Amino acid sequence: MKDTTADGVALTVSGDAHPRGYLEEKGFWSWVYTLDHKRIGLLYLYTTLFFFLLGGIFALLIRIKLLYPGQQIFSDHMYNVLFTLHGSVMIFLFIIPAIPSGLGNFFIPLLIGARDVAFPRINLASYWVFVAGILVILASLVRPMDTGWTFYTPYSAKTAADVTLLSFGIFLVGMSSILTGLNFLVTIHKLRAPGMTWHRFPLFIWGMYATSIIQVVATPVVGITFLLLAMERLFGVGFFDPAKGGDPVLFQHFFWFYSHPVVYVMILPAMGIISEVIPVFSRKPIFGYRAIAYSSLAIAFIGFLVWGHHMFVSGMSKTANIIFSFLTFFVAVPTAIKVFNWIATMYKGSITFESPMLYALTFIFLFTFGGLTGMFLGALATNVHAHDTYFVVAHFHYTMMGGTMMGLLAGLHYWWPKMTGRMLSEKLARAGWLLTFIGFNVTFLTQFFLGYGGMPRRWAEYPAQFQPLNIVSTAGSWILAAGILIMFVNFIRGLYTGEPAPASPWKGLTLEWQVPSPPPTENFEEIPHITNWPYGYTKRKTDGYE
Amino acid sequence: MTKEHGTGYGIYVIVWIALLVLTGATVAVSYANLGLMNVAVALLIASVKASLVALFFMHLKFENKLVWTFALVPIFFLLLVVGGTLSDTLFR
Ligand SMILES: [Cu+2]
Repeated sequence: MKDTTADGVALTVSGDAHPRGYLEEKGFWSWVYTLDHKRIGLLYLYTTLFFFLLGGIFALLIRIKLLYPGQQIFSDHMYNVLFTLHGSVMIFLFIIPAIPSGLGNFFIPLLIGARDVAFPRINLASYWVFVAGILVILASLVRPMDTGWTFYTPYSAKTAADVTLLSFGIFLVGMSSILTGLNFLVTIHKLRAPGMTWHRFPLFIWGMYATSIIQVVATPVVGITFLLLAMERLFGVGFFDPAKGGDPVLFQHFFWFYSHPVVYVMILPAMGIISEVIPVFSRKPIFGYRAIAYSSLAIAFIGFLVWGHHMFVSGMSKTANIIFSFLTFFVAVPTAIKVFNWIATMYKGSITFESPMLYALTFIFLFTFGGLTGMFLGALATNVHAHDTYFVVAHFHYTMMGGTMMGLLAGLHYWWPKMTGRMLSEKLARAGWLLTFIGFNVTFLTQFFLGYGGMPRRWAEYPAQFQPLNIVSTAGSWILAAGILIMFVNFIRGLYTGEPAPASPWKGLTLEWQVPSPPPTENFEEIPHITNWPYGYTKRKTDGYE
Repeated sequence: MTKEHGTGYGIYVIVWIALLVLTGATVAVSYANLGLMNVAVALLIASVKASLVALFFMHLKFENKLVWTFALVPIFFLLLVVGGTLSDTLFR
């Protein structure tokens, strides 16, 4: 099939022998042993979405506790456990793996015209290592963690909670992340269809390439850090204990050398999804292709230079404070480049507002908000004022939930018909979006004000003057939960009773839309020859798009 | 992988002996107290050993540019984590 225009689509679909494509084979073992990148992607998606719901329940409990300023509903220790679990589950089991290992696994080979990833067996192994990590993490619940998801020493070296077990679980999850990243790097370098040059890549591929580099380079550092922490806890080696010649700030250096770049593991793939969705629903070629592509690499690179901005009040040297604050501002440049290019893409386009586009626009709006408040925190002086307050919590949720999560939801709604072969209900999707958008802002916008007013994060009890805004924020979390509930009802309904999806419901030009929905196991009957970039969209009236 | 490097086993023996000599050097140096230089010397010897292993045992010497790039980029990030941390500890 050499035709890469939308008209070629119908021809490929008719006469398809397996209407359920790669989903044809049924049964438990067909999933456990599968080497198909699409099935492994789905396994990752289901697992991570499950932990998203679990982490969401922890979040709701935290918000309920914060309705009252004193020690009501949960004990202070229970509160510490809840926010540690919320952070650890959401970060390590949901937001890091969801887009790369889930949607990335499913769509990287499809988007570059390959039949699978470079190492299908390593791919399957990465999933089961991930599951092993989850089991270890669950085992740590016997003596649940109360250190916060950041594991800071000296407390994490001394608490009776099972730090070693939880960090070993995260070690395994990290290993799975490295295997996935490595697999994608080799796949992108080696398995491209003929004619698929670097500048004909869909921008999602550029985002995933930059992401994979971070996964491979940064993750080992946090793995080693957790090993050092385990050695300190189990054998009394003094890496971080000053009494034994160690340095507690060293832990923070190592931890953030991973954990700052890893926020770009979360956000870069989401930005890739936005770069796919915006041109499709604007019916215009993407503006500034190379700028968006290279800015992904720039973000990945600069992301490695700024970790110290988490440590301005940790007793780090003044010199380091100034250097890290200065460098932090550079992250804003490639990020702004992307935002401006997306807006330029929409300019004078024939924009339609289907659910993927709604989520993509929400991403741009909320992420810009999150990014700009990051400037307050990157600047040394304002950081000292806002450090460890709800301002940080709000900023983080605007970038990660308003950014990555909305990007994931844009991707899920955009690619759902391709993955499952069934359409979602657009009505439910819009209702879910509206409640999510309102609920999100009510929950987290309030927290900017709380934080700027001085409410500390992670405190189980707070001064009574902050109660009214906390009640607003908690009410917002219920609206948000209602939106997400509707969204998941729509997903489950779509799985079973959704209308059969055409090959290209959004008239996209990237390769995945040229194969049936759901795609056959081997993806392409014949590997396509690529002769052009995938963004040659024209205005609606000329291409018959309704 | 499939191409013949044409070096024979001789080079492996030489590299192996070099590694043994360097290990001996590490042990010998550990008896001398060089102050701050202790760490620097130990790291230098270890780096030379690692390079030998990568170049010959892992065939990096015979690989193409792409493989070299992927081998060198992480070293840059290693320097970054060390350098960034030193910008704190050296100036406290
Ligand atoms: Cu950061």
